[in-house]
Amino acid sequence: MMKMLSKYKYLRWFLGLLVITSALVFITAFGFSSLLEWQSPFLSHCFFVLMICFSLCLFRIMRGPTPADRAVAVDTLGILIVGFCAILSIPTGRDWYLDIAIAWALQSFIGALALAKYLEGRGFDE
Amino acid sequence: MNEIIGYSFIVIGMLFDIFGCLGLLRLPDVYNRLQATTKCVTLGTCGILFGTLVIKGFSGTGIKAILCILFLILTSPVSAHALSRGAHISGVKLWDKSVCDKYEEDRSVHSS
Repeated sequence: MMKMLSKYKYLRWFLGLLVITSALVFITAFGFSSLLEWQSPFLSHCFFVLMICFSLCLFRIMRGPTPADRAVAVDTLGILIVGFCAILSIPTGRDWYLDIAIAWALQSFIGALALAKYLEGRGFDE
Repeated sequence: MNEIIGYSFIVIGMLFDIFGCLGLLRLPDVYNRLQATTKCVTLGTCGILFGTLVIKGFSGTGIKAILCILFLILTSPVSAHALSRGAHISGVKLWDKSVCDKYEEDRSVHSS
Protein backbone atom coordinates (compact mmCIF):
# COMPACT_ATOMS: atom_id res chain seq x y z
CA MET A 1 0.00 0.00 0.00
CA MET A 2 2.76 2.45 0.92
CA LYS A 3 4.65 1.55 -2.24
CA MET A 4 1.64 2.35 -4.41
CA LEU A 5 1.09 5.62 -2.55
CA SER A 6 4.69 6.70 -3.11
CA LYS A 7 4.42 5.77 -6.78
CA TYR A 8 1.30 7.91 -7.19
CA LYS A 9 3.07 10.71 -5.35
CA TYR A 10 5.90 10.76 -7.88
CA LEU A 11 3.32 10.62 -10.69
CA ARG A 12 1.58 13.68 -9.23
CA TRP A 13 4.87 15.58 -8.95
CA PHE A 14 5.67 14.70 -12.56
CA LEU A 15 2.26 15.91 -13.77
CA GLY A 16 2.60 19.19 -11.88
CA LEU A 17 6.06 19.89 -13.29
CA LEU A 18 4.78 19.04 -16.79
CA VAL A 19 1.90 21.52 -16.47
CA ILE A 20 4.19 24.29 -15.17
CA THR A 21 6.81 23.82 -17.91
CA SER A 22 4.15 23.68 -20.64
CA ALA A 23 2.63 26.93 -19.32
CA LEU A 24 6.06 28.62 -19.33
CA VAL A 25 6.78 27.38 -22.88
CA PHE A 26 3.36 28.62 -24.01
CA ILE A 27 3.97 32.08 -22.52
CA THR A 28 7.44 32.46 -24.01
CA ALA A 29 6.61 31.00 -27.44
CA PHE A 30 3.23 32.62 -28.12
CA GLY A 31 4.09 35.43 -25.75
CA PHE A 32 1.64 37.97 -24.51
CA SER A 33 2.92 41.24 -25.89
CA SER A 34 1.67 43.13 -22.85
CA LEU A 35 4.05 41.08 -20.71
CA LEU A 36 7.01 41.63 -23.02
CA GLU A 37 6.71 45.40 -23.44
CA TRP A 38 7.14 46.00 -19.71
CA GLN A 39 10.56 44.47 -19.53
CA SER A 40 13.66 46.46 -18.66
CA PRO A 41 17.18 45.08 -17.93
CA PHE A 42 16.86 45.90 -14.23
CA LEU A 43 13.50 44.15 -14.02
CA SER A 44 14.84 41.03 -15.72
CA HIS A 45 17.83 40.78 -13.35
CA CYS A 46 15.57 41.22 -10.31
CA PHE A 47 13.23 38.63 -11.78
CA PHE A 48 16.05 36.05 -11.97
CA VAL A 49 17.22 36.74 -8.41
CA LEU A 50 13.69 36.46 -7.01
CA MET A 51 13.12 33.27 -9.02
CA ILE A 52 16.15 31.76 -7.24
CA CYS A 53 14.63 32.78 -3.88
CA PHE A 54 11.25 31.31 -4.86
CA SER A 55 12.85 28.01 -5.90
CA LEU A 56 14.71 27.76 -2.56
CA CYS A 57 11.43 28.33 -0.68
CA LEU A 58 9.65 25.76 -2.87
CA PHE A 59 12.41 23.25 -2.16
CA ARG A 60 11.88 23.75 1.57
CA ILE A 61 8.11 23.33 1.12
CA MET A 62 8.70 20.15 -0.88
CA ARG A 63 10.91 18.35 1.65
CA GLY A 64 10.47 20.03 5.00
CA PRO A 65 10.68 17.32 7.67
CA THR A 66 7.90 18.83 9.81
CA PRO A 67 4.72 20.82 9.03
CA ALA A 68 6.18 23.84 10.87
CA ASP A 69 8.93 24.09 8.24
CA ARG A 70 6.32 24.24 5.51
CA ALA A 71 4.36 26.93 7.33
CA VAL A 72 7.52 29.04 7.71
CA ALA A 73 8.35 28.62 4.03
CA VAL A 74 4.82 29.64 2.95
CA ASP A 75 5.05 32.78 5.10
CA THR A 76 8.42 33.63 3.53
CA LEU A 77 6.98 33.12 0.05
CA GLY A 78 4.19 35.61 0.75
CA ILE A 79 6.62 38.30 1.88
CA LEU A 80 8.81 37.70 -1.21
CA ILE A 81 5.79 38.22 -3.46
CA VAL A 82 5.18 41.60 -1.78
CA GLY A 83 8.72 42.66 -2.72
CA PHE A 84 8.24 41.40 -6.27
CA CYS A 85 5.09 43.51 -6.67
CA ALA A 86 7.01 46.56 -5.42
CA ILE A 87 9.80 45.96 -7.97
CA LEU A 88 7.27 45.47 -10.76
CA SER A 89 5.68 48.85 -10.06
CA ILE A 90 8.88 50.81 -10.84
CA PRO A 91 9.47 50.29 -14.62
CA THR A 92 5.78 50.05 -15.46
CA GLY A 93 4.75 53.16 -13.52
CA ARG A 94 1.43 51.73 -12.44
CA ASP A 95 0.60 52.16 -8.79
CA TRP A 96 -2.01 49.45 -8.40
CA TYR A 97 0.77 46.91 -8.01
CA LEU A 98 1.30 48.31 -4.51
CA ASP A 99 -2.40 47.80 -3.81
CA ILE A 100 -1.82 44.15 -4.67
CA ALA A 101 1.22 44.18 -2.35
CA ILE A 102 -0.74 45.55 0.62
CA ALA A 103 -3.58 43.08 0.07
CA TRP A 104 -1.11 40.20 -0.24
CA ALA A 105 0.67 41.21 3.00
CA LEU A 106 -2.69 41.21 4.83
CA GLN A 107 -3.62 37.82 3.40
CA SER A 108 -0.20 36.36 4.29
CA PHE A 109 -0.50 37.63 7.88
CA ILE A 110 -3.94 36.09 8.36
CA GLY A 111 -2.78 32.85 6.75
CA ALA A 112 0.23 32.65 9.06
CA LEU A 113 -1.96 33.17 12.12
CA ALA A 114 -4.36 30.45 10.94
CA LEU A 115 -1.46 28.05 10.33
CA ALA A 116 -0.09 28.79 13.82
CA LYS A 117 -3.47 28.00 15.36
CA TYR A 118 -3.59 24.77 13.39
CA LEU A 119 -0.11 23.84 14.63
CA GLU A 120 -1.15 24.46 18.23
CA GLY A 121 -3.93 21.95 17.78
CA ARG A 122 -6.78 24.34 18.50
CA GLY A 123 -9.93 24.95 16.51
CA PHE A 124 -10.39 28.08 14.46
CA ASP A 125 -13.19 29.47 16.64
CA GLU A 126 -11.58 29.22 20.07
CA MET B 1 20.58 61.04 -8.14
CA ASN B 2 17.32 59.82 -6.59
CA GLU B 3 17.30 56.84 -8.89
CA ILE B 4 20.86 55.80 -7.97
CA ILE B 5 20.08 55.89 -4.24
CA GLY B 6 16.81 54.03 -4.74
CA TYR B 7 18.35 51.32 -6.91
CA SER B 8 21.14 50.80 -4.36
CA PHE B 9 18.49 50.33 -1.65
CA ILE B 10 16.74 47.81 -3.86
CA VAL B 11 19.99 45.89 -4.46
CA ILE B 12 20.65 45.76 -0.69
CA GLY B 13 17.13 44.43 -0.18
CA MET B 14 17.62 41.74 -2.82
CA LEU B 15 20.85 40.66 -1.10
CA PHE B 16 18.98 40.32 2.21
CA ASP B 17 16.32 38.26 0.42
CA ILE B 18 18.93 35.87 -0.99
CA PHE B 19 20.62 35.45 2.40
CA GLY B 20 17.29 34.82 4.11
CA CYS B 21 16.36 32.12 1.61
CA LEU B 22 19.82 30.54 1.93
CA GLY B 23 19.29 30.43 5.69
CA LEU B 24 15.90 28.81 5.10
CA LEU B 25 17.63 26.15 3.02
CA ARG B 26 20.74 25.51 5.13
CA LEU B 27 20.01 25.94 8.85
CA PRO B 28 19.31 22.76 10.84
CA ASP B 29 16.18 23.60 12.85
CA VAL B 30 12.72 25.16 12.56
CA TYR B 31 13.56 27.95 15.01
CA ASN B 32 16.89 28.79 13.37
CA ARG B 33 15.19 28.88 9.97
CA LEU B 34 12.45 31.11 11.34
CA GLN B 35 15.00 33.51 12.81
CA ALA B 36 16.93 33.78 9.54
CA THR B 37 13.90 34.22 7.28
CA THR B 38 12.02 36.65 9.51
CA LYS B 39 14.83 39.12 9.98
CA CYS B 40 16.33 38.94 6.54
CA VAL B 41 13.19 38.76 4.43
CA THR B 42 11.39 41.49 6.36
CA LEU B 43 14.40 43.81 6.17
CA GLY B 44 14.91 42.94 2.49
CA THR B 45 11.30 43.59 1.52
CA CYS B 46 11.24 46.81 3.53
CA GLY B 47 14.45 47.84 1.73
CA ILE B 48 12.83 47.21 -1.66
CA LEU B 49 9.76 49.23 -0.67
CA PHE B 50 11.95 52.05 0.67
CA GLY B 51 13.83 52.10 -2.64
CA THR B 52 10.49 52.42 -4.43
CA LEU B 53 9.63 55.34 -2.14
CA VAL B 54 12.96 57.08 -2.88
CA ILE B 55 12.60 56.64 -6.64
CA LYS B 56 8.95 57.68 -6.91
CA GLY B 57 8.96 60.48 -4.31
CA PHE B 58 5.86 61.42 -2.35
CA SER B 59 3.34 60.59 -5.06
CA GLY B 60 0.54 58.06 -4.68
CA THR B 61 2.98 55.20 -5.15
CA GLY B 62 5.27 56.52 -2.39
CA ILE B 63 2.41 56.86 0.09
CA LYS B 64 1.32 53.30 -0.63
CA ALA B 65 4.93 52.13 -0.12
CA ILE B 66 5.00 53.85 3.30
CA LEU B 67 1.73 52.15 4.24
CA CYS B 68 3.08 48.77 3.15
CA ILE B 69 6.32 49.27 5.16
CA LEU B 70 4.33 50.16 8.30
CA PHE B 71 2.06 47.17 7.85
CA LEU B 72 4.96 44.74 7.34
CA ILE B 73 6.87 46.07 10.37
CA LEU B 74 3.75 45.74 12.52
CA THR B 75 2.63 42.29 11.41
CA SER B 76 5.71 40.24 10.57
CA PRO B 77 7.05 39.77 14.16
CA VAL B 78 3.56 38.83 15.34
CA SER B 79 3.19 36.10 12.74
CA ALA B 80 6.73 34.83 13.40
CA HIS B 81 6.08 34.64 17.13
CA ALA B 82 2.79 32.82 16.58
CA LEU B 83 4.46 30.33 14.21
CA SER B 84 7.30 29.56 16.60
CA ARG B 85 4.87 29.14 19.51
CA GLY B 86 2.72 26.81 17.43
CA ALA B 87 5.77 24.79 16.39
CA HIS B 88 6.89 24.46 20.03
CA ILE B 89 3.45 23.39 21.22
CA SER B 90 3.05 20.88 18.38
CA GLY B 91 6.18 19.12 19.65
CA VAL B 92 8.97 19.95 17.21
CA LYS B 93 12.29 19.03 18.81
CA LEU B 94 15.12 21.53 19.07
CA TRP B 95 18.44 20.88 17.38
CA ASP B 96 20.58 18.50 19.43
CA LYS B 97 23.34 21.10 19.89
CA SER B 98 20.96 23.74 21.27
CA VAL B 99 21.94 25.10 24.66
CA CYS B 100 18.77 26.00 26.58
CA ASP B 101 14.99 26.05 26.19
CA LYS B 102 13.40 28.65 28.46
CA TYR B 103 9.89 28.29 27.07
CA GLU B 104 9.78 24.59 27.98
CA GLU B 105 10.76 25.43 31.57
CA ASP B 106 8.03 28.09 31.74
CA ARG B 107 5.41 25.69 30.45
CA SER B 108 6.43 22.93 32.86
CA VAL B 109 6.30 25.38 35.80
CA HIS B 110 2.86 26.69 34.85
CA SER B 111 1.33 23.30 34.14
CA SER B 112 2.54 21.68 37.40
